[in-house]
This record gives sequence, C-alpha cells and structure tokens, in this order.
Amino acid sequence: MTDLNLIRSKLLSITEAADSLEAIEAVRVTALGKASEIAALMKTLGGMSPEERQVQAPLIQGLRTEVADAIAARKAALEGAALEARLATETIDLTLPAASAPQGSVHPVAQVMDELAEIFADLGFAVATGPEIEDDWHNFTALNIPETHPARAMHDTFYFPDEKDGKKMLLRTHTSPVQIRTMTSQEPPIRIIAPGRTYRSDSDATHTPMFHQVEGLVIDRGITLGHLKWTLETFVKAYFERDDIVLRLRPSYFPFTEPSAEVDVGYTLVDGRRVVGGAEPDGWMEILGSGMVHPRVIAACGLDPDEWQGFAFGCGIDRLAMLKYGMDDLRAFFDGDLRWLRHYGFAALDVPTLSAGVGA
Amino acid sequence: MKFTLSWLKDHLDTQAGLDEILVALTQVGLEVEGVEDPAARLGAFRIARVLTAERHPQADKLQVLSVDTGEGEPLQVVCGAPNARAGLVGVFGAPGTYVPGLDVTLKIAAIRGVESRGMMCSMRELELSDAHEGIIELPADAPVGASYAEWAGLTDPVIDVAITPNRQDCMGVRGIARDLAAAGLGELKPLDIPTIRGAFPCPVEIRTDDPEGCPAFFGRVVRGVKNGPSPEWLANRLKAIGQRPISALVDITNYVMFDHGRPLHVYDVATLKGALVARRAKAGESVLALNGKSYALDPEITVIADDAQVHDIGGIMGGEHSGVTEATTDVLIECAYFTPENIARTGQKLGLTSDARSRFERGVDPAFLGDGLAIATRLVQDLCGGEASDAVEAGEPPLALRTLKFDTGLTERLAGLAVSPDRQRAILAALGFKVDAGWTVLIPSWRRDVDGPADIVEEIVRIEGIDKVPSTPLPRVDGVARPTATPAQLVERKVRRAAAARGLNEAVTWSFVSEAEAGVFGGGAWTLANPISEELKVMRPSLLPGLIAAAKRNADRGAASIRLFEIGRRYLADAERPTLGFVLAGDRAPRSWQAGRAQAFDAYDAKAEALAILAAAGAPVDRLQVMEAVSPVYHPGRSATLRLGPKTVLAEFGELHPGTARAFDVEGTLIAGEVYLDAIPAKRASGHMRTAFAPPALQPVTRDFAFLVPADRAADDLVRAVKGADKAAIVDARLFDVFTGAGVPEGQKSLAIEVTLQPGEKSFTDADLQAIAARVVAAATKIGATLRA
Repeated sequence: MTDLNLIRSKLLSITEAADSLEAIEAVRVTALGKASEIAALMKTLGGMSPEERQVQAPLIQGLRTEVADAIAARKAALEGAALEARLATETIDLTLPAASAPQGSVHPVAQVMDELAEIFADLGFAVATGPEIEDDWHNFTALNIPETHPARAMHDTFYFPDEKDGKKMLLRTHTSPVQIRTMTSQEPPIRIIAPGRTYRSDSDATHTPMFHQVEGLVIDRGITLGHLKWTLETFVKAYFERDDIVLRLRPSYFPFTEPSAEVDVGYTLVDGRRVVGGAEPDGWMEILGSGMVHPRVIAACGLDPDEWQGFAFGCGIDRLAMLKYGMDDLRAFFDGDLRWLRHYGFAALDVPTLSAGVGA
Repeated sequence: MKFTLSWLKDHLDTQAGLDEILVALTQVGLEVEGVEDPAARLGAFRIARVLTAERHPQADKLQVLSVDTGEGEPLQVVCGAPNARAGLVGVFGAPGTYVPGLDVTLKIAAIRGVESRGMMCSMRELELSDAHEGIIELPADAPVGASYAEWAGLTDPVIDVAITPNRQDCMGVRGIARDLAAAGLGELKPLDIPTIRGAFPCPVEIRTDDPEGCPAFFGRVVRGVKNGPSPEWLANRLKAIGQRPISALVDITNYVMFDHGRPLHVYDVATLKGALVARRAKAGESVLALNGKSYALDPEITVIADDAQVHDIGGIMGGEHSGVTEATTDVLIECAYFTPENIARTGQKLGLTSDARSRFERGVDPAFLGDGLAIATRLVQDLCGGEASDAVEAGEPPLALRTLKFDTGLTERLAGLAVSPDRQRAILAALGFKVDAGWTVLIPSWRRDVDGPADIVEEIVRIEGIDKVPSTPLPRVDGVARPTATPAQLVERKVRRAAAARGLNEAVTWSFVSEAEAGVFGGGAWTLANPISEELKVMRPSLLPGLIAAAKRNADRGAASIRLFEIGRRYLADAERPTLGFVLAGDRAPRSWQAGRAQAFDAYDAKAEALAILAAAGAPVDRLQVMEAVSPVYHPGRSATLRLGPKTVLAEFGELHPGTARAFDVEGTLIAGEVYLDAIPAKRASGHMRTAFAPPALQPVTRDFAFLVPADRAADDLVRAVKGADKAAIVDARLFDVFTGAGVPEGQKSLAIEVTLQPGEKSFTDADLQAIAARVVAAATKIGATLRA
C-alpha cells in the first residue's frame, strides 16, 4: 500500500509540475507508458492469487485512472493556457467602424396611404383607383358641377388641349371622380377609399400644384349622416391613435353631396405646436370635406337614388401626414431631399398593422 | 363677406353677444374666417391735449410738445406733424402701445437728442384712413384721457364669413340675419320697402333685347341730385368692410349690394344717347371698364348700351364713360336680372371678377328687383336729393314658383336625425319657405340653390344643429376584416418595401416635367394647356427625369451616395402605367479602411436592384432574358432590358448616356432603371398549401469548367447552354470568373462556371460524371466555346 501511495504522490506531483505540452507528454510516458511503475504493477496482478487480486486490482486500476485523469486535466489546462496565450496576441480594434449598409426609407405619403388602407380595411373598405388624366364628365359634370358652376372656377383646373370622345381632358382636381368610376362599374353595396395624386393650379406655402387626396365612398341602403359621422370619428381616432379626439361638423357646400359638412378636428397647443387631440381643444383645424352623396350623382351613375344612398368624404393625405408626424412645409414633400426623406421617412419594416398600431 | 355687428343688428333684433353670434354663424354653415374688433386694436390710444409746442433745438421740422394725457404730469413728446400746436386735441399712444399703421410698438426714445415719451398719431398710423398730412385733430371738447376708439364709436366689430357658392342670399347682410334668426338668435326685423312716387315719366327709354342673358331690366332716373362724399355713417360702414368710399351715388349701389346681395349700377344720364338697352355685344365692340382696362366683347356677352356705345359689361362691371361724377345731376339707376350661366361664361372668358359677378353668377333674388330699386332710389333722394321718375320695368324676371313635395321622414332617413314635423315646419318657415298642410314646400325666390328634398333636409339639419346628429356605427361584417388589397396594390406595397429594405430612399416627384426634360425621354404624350410654369408642363413619360433632377439637387447639397426611387405613373398616350424608377449616383460605398477607395455605382448595381425588385414583385426572375436596351437615354453598351420572352419588357436599366446626364446638368455617371409594374404577370392564385418538402437523399456535387469564348459573346449564352446540357443532372450553373490577359488569346475571354450536379437515387459514378462533362463541353462548343486546357 505504501508503494502505491508513494507512486501516487510522486506521479501527481510531476504531473502538477509539468509546465508545457511537451512536459506533460513526457509525464504521460513516464507515468503510464510500458516502462512505467504502474505498468509494472499491472503486470504483478497475473501472479497473484484470486483473493489477493480481488483486493489489489481495484487499487492499482484506481491509481492508474487517477493519474491518467490528472494528466488529462493538466494537459487540458496547459492547452487552454496556450490557446489563451495565442489569442492574447490576436486582438483587433473593434472600435474600428464596421461596413455600413445604406438606410432606405419609405416616403411619408406612401406610409400614410398604407395606414389608411389598414384602418379602412378593418371597416370593410377596399382601395380603388382611377386615372389622373380625367375627362370633365367624370371630374365635374357627373359630380353635379355643370360648366357654368362657380365651383368649377374655384377648382383651378389644369386642362389639356386634347379631347377624348368629345370630352375635355384635364388633370383630376380631386379624387372624387373615382366615386363615379366605382359606382358605374360595380354594384352596390360599395365601400371604398381611393387615395392618389390630384392637381390644382395653385402654388404657395400651403398649396402645391400636385398633392394627394383620399376619397371615401359608401353606397348602401339606409346609410345616414350619422354613419358618416361615426366613420370619420372612428377613422380619425384610429389614425391619430388617440381616443380623446373631438370632431366638429360644420354645414358646408359641395356640389356632389347634400347635405354637406366640413369637418374640423380639435387640437391642443403643446410647446407652441398644434397637436391633434385633447378633450378640451384649444382650437379647430379643418381636415376634410364630406356629405351625403347627392341624389343627382347617384342617378348620373345609373343607380336609383330612392333605393341607394350613402356618404362620401375627401381628405388631404399630405395634410394628414403633416398633422400626425409634424412636417410644416408641404413643398418639401416633393423635393426628394435625402435628408428630409431620412428624417421623415419610415423604415421598410414599419408596415402599418392594426395589432402593432398603424403609426410608426 | 364682411359686415359689422351694428350692420347685422339693422336686420336682426337680438340680445345675443358677439361670441354667441360667431358660434351660431359657423354652426349654420357661415364659417367665421375672422373677427376684427377695433376696440381691442385701438383700445390703448387715448385722447390728449397739446399744452405747449416748442421748436426742437436740433431739427427745424420737429417740435417738442408737452402733452396732457389726462393722468399725471404732462409728457414730453417729439412730433414732426406740421399741424401740431398748443391747444390741439388729438390721439396719443403711450410707450408700449402697438401702432398698427407703422407695425411698431412705441418705446421711450431720444429723437435728435430729445427724449420722447409717446406719439401723437395720424389717421394712417391708426389704419383708419390714408390721411397722413398731420396728426388727428379732434374737437376741442373731446374728453382728454378717454379711450379714443370708444369716443369715436370705433367699437363695431367686423365679422368676416366664408360664403359657400350656393348661398347667394348670404352675400348680403340681410340673408345672414335671416339664417341667424332661424337658428334662434333673435328676430328678423321687418324690411321697410319705401314707396316711390314718380314725379315724371322716365326720360330714358329702358329695354332688354336679350331676354336670355338679361330677362329683366328695371330702372329709373333721379334728376337734380347733388353727388359728393357720402355721409360718415355710410362711408364708415363701407370702410369697415374694406370698401373704399367713392361718392354718395356709387357708395349707395355698393351699400345696397352688401346689405341685400342686390348689385346695382348708376349712369350719368348726361353721358347717354338714346335708349339704354340690354343686348348682346356685337363682334368688334369693346368697353373701357371701371377698373381702367379695356375688354374686347363678342356676341355671347350681354352688355348695356345706348345708341352710341357699350356702357357696361352686364352684371359684371360698369364702364368709365357713363360713370357718375361730382358733376352728375341726373342719374339712372339700373336694377337688372342677369342669367347666372351667362355671367359665369362671360366672367370666365374675360377673366374678370367683381362683387357683382360673384352675386349674379350665383343667382340674385329675381323677386327683389322692384324692391331693390325702391331702396336705392330712397337712399339717393335722402343723400343726394333730387326727384324720381316713374320706374321702368322692362322684361320679366324668372319668377316661376318652385315647389316640391317633402316627406318629413326623409330627414331621419338621410341625416339620421329625428326632428319633429312641427319643428321642421318652423325651421323652414323661419328661412322663408312656405309649407302647406300636405307638405308641399314653396321655395323662397332667393334660394335658387334649393331644388330637391335632400336640400330641404340640409336646411333642417344645419338649423337644428348638425352636432345633434348621433354617431351611428356602420354595420360590420361578421368575423375579422377581409383582405382588400388588389394584386396590383400588393405588388406596389412589396416593391416599395423591398426597395427601401435594399437601402433606397423613396421620393415623390412632380408628375409633370419641362418640355425639354420630357424631350430627352422621347417627349410626353400629354402637354398642359395652362401649366403653372414651363418647368411643370408635360406629363412625364418616364420617372427618371424627376429622379435625376432630385439626385442632382442632392449632389449639389453635397450628398456623396444617392439612392432614390419612386413609385408612380408614366403618362403615355394610351394609359397611365405604374412604374418603379430608381437612380443611383455617386458612391456605392465610401472609401474605408477595409476596402480602400470609394466604389462608384455601375450598371451591375442597377441590374441587382431591378432583379431584386422584380423578385419582390413575384416575377419569374429565373426565366428572364437580358436583352438590349430600347431607350436611347442609356449608354448603348452599358444598358439592358429584362424580358419575359422577347416582347414583354419588365425592366430597363443601366448606365445613363452621358448626353442624358448633361441634359440635366449632372456631372459624373448616373445609374438608373425602371421596372414596369403592370408588365409583370400576375401570380396565379394557388391556395396556401406548398408542395411537399422532399429534399434529395444524396448531396449535390460541383464541377468547374473554364471556356474560351469570343470577347463579344454574352456570358449568359454560355451559362444557358451549360445549364441545358443535362437537364436531369444539372441543377445550377454559376459563372464565377471572367478573365482576359495572359494565356487567353486576343479577342477571346475565359469564362469559368461552377456546375452543380444533383444525383438522384444513386451517387454518380466516374463514368456518369465523365458523360455529363462531355455533354457540357459539347453544349458549349455549339455556341462557339472551347474548353480551356
């Protein structure tokens, strides 16, 4: 027994003292090789009686395992230290800049159009489109705006010298002709919004000759001004993501709706800026025009105004964007200034959804 | 439309205060655009007396005044007005007071070394008139220290309301009063129509020869008038609403127009020759209008003329020649009805707007001609004296009674607002409608805009209060919302976000470009007849001009790397085509410690964008062919189209021709492309189930081949040939190297291709692989390639 203990302490001590991978290999040969003391002890087992072997074999085997484990552990430690030493020479300066990927963006007008599509989809409205180069029948006549109507002059229309099928061609002054195109091409009930580019010969700080509007149209049985009011309230609250939004309807006039109303939204002053919302508004801003579709418009589209009625509204998309996201110059929308696009634009993955909130 | 509170109260008996009136105006649809309360604006100015006036020691034209402001010690004020003198009572502004006519706030200041503690004001400085010859002189007994505005009666608020085009009746104060009375703000006062007894037959023949354009022409002469400045009450009212008083006779016509929405015109009888007739203008006639401009007339235009000449563009503007002056003794008052459609056409044609036109084209009250003439005559006699002739009533105004049958239930059916029939009847009565027991509604003559039951509902709702309409939820379909986007809309959304994800910034540029810019792109199919400027004239035939111009602006602002895209329409002769355009300019990547120099964009970047966008749109990018570009705006050797079959062009891209860049004044290379979204074939709807996942059992192997081909041979030809050499085994062929130089004969290039082979049931044997390689080489040889040794 003393022999074994002596051998153990000697071998463990030289294992512990090994300070390189070469040294530990040498220890392994010395301690466990064919010429080692442990190999010699193993050989003695053959000459023992079964009883003696039963006692000695586990002891010798135990010694062998213990020494082998110690060597393996020492080897692993030395290997680890060697790796660490190597790695210590391999540092890089991670404060150096990594290659940057370009940052793309989605224009606020497109983003707001997606927001509108998302909100109105939940209310059952599809998205409709129509041509921007329109004829005067769709843009005016069918909308109950005859040629001599003062409202026609108010629209500052861009005209083309061209005629198509005897109709004057122009750039649509509003998205309302999509109402006509929808009602003449599909059967009621109808629920659509129609966002798009519109044009008026007007240019100052708050007007550009091209701008964006969204039209809404509902045609069904039994639709009233009350439905219009609810729809607008629901939409505006969803769009601005506030429940404390107050709307004010004002009787107004559009040739294609009767009764007609303009809609103001209450704002509160926050740090000198007008912020939409607040149960106790500091003032009102006009945001859209609306009304019950004029019976003559419904009839012009070949529908029976005694059976079908509904409402329509029109709203400036650029203005909606400005009110929600705080831009103050409409002209910058169309300049393509990268600094502005990055500042007010949206990331590709900012897809408006109802579950995440439509705003980004 | 502006009016003052006291003017409104001429017609409305009310206890309501200003704020209440303002709220009610907006509620009934007469939107208040502004209120000006002179009492607030001029409230700080006091009546003061000049005690002494001494020469300024340093300036001949200045005086140093001692002013008694009614409180405390007299103040020293430096004043340049020639009429400043001891004893004068005038209007004083103390330091801290805002002077509207000067747009300054007064401060204590030294003027040429003498301290001045305020200012004695002129009329112009208070914006009360243009008078600026001297400071205001008040009667000697004016109360020193009192508020000047209050003392002068300048406390009448001016209200400005927006009148919608349907409400001609509210282009006169009385109409506004009627709406307010109906809304419960008081009683509409009865209108006193004077009875005028003609003292003599009208000496001028008045008639209408144009019953279509001017169905009725009423008028009379008042002789022996004395024209001069209007009395103060009239001048002040006109001034308050921004009208310049001219002379009593002219001011009367304006006053009646703003009071009743009834335009009138007055002629100096001495300038007339023969009968005064409403007729169509003759070709070649012209008239010098009161605005000093001459207008060429034509037979579609209704004029008022005498035997000698045209005097008046009927219903729009009078002429210089027959206008009244201070010397006028006999005046003819015209009160006519002009047909709205004709006025609108004439006004549009001549580009001439006036207060009269805006009323006539909306349709004045055809039943108010005689009354309007009587009111005007009485005012002329009251203010200018004279003797009235009999009235002449030529023609017939369109007085046909208009009635409609109304169902009171429609109010709730259309507006969602329950209003009792009695209340509906009361509202209509207050607005001047007459309703019989069976609900036949007689529309008032002044409400030309009302012609259907929906209009009646609007009247009831706006007076009852549109805010009372209850919010009513739209019926909702069961379950969650259904998808609504069309395939085209989905494509647009996907390509937008794909482009943004790839680092491109979305711009929105004008749909119209200049003729020159469109010309570079082959010209536009649509040119505006009335562009707002030459820069915005032609509907764009391509998205690139707008994007190139935006890229240039960014480059001029110092942007080093520009990636812009836009989704919008190209306006072609046959259709508006949805398109995604992009422009890349400057550096793809900046210089860096890793890569060294900055790398410029090249045509391959455009190819990558075009393919990525097409892939996002669901186009079959594997099957696209790269073919030559068609547009000459591109560099002929560095551009291409991506086509599905030889005819369907899905995209065009490349380096722009240097001439294109030069046309936009851009330095350096521009890379661009357009993806034609409407050319992408729609994906067939195939449900949501994918095919079963069946990965091959064995691993694919790769083999590399290098071929020599003629230098001008498209690499894609070789790749396609190789790919097609063994359709069963070859699943991919990828070109990974292009080499010319040492070892490659002149006029040729070496193309290296990695071919991926997918074994089926069994691994390839050496013999299999040799056979496939032989087929690859054979296919390549067919197109003129030789395997490199």
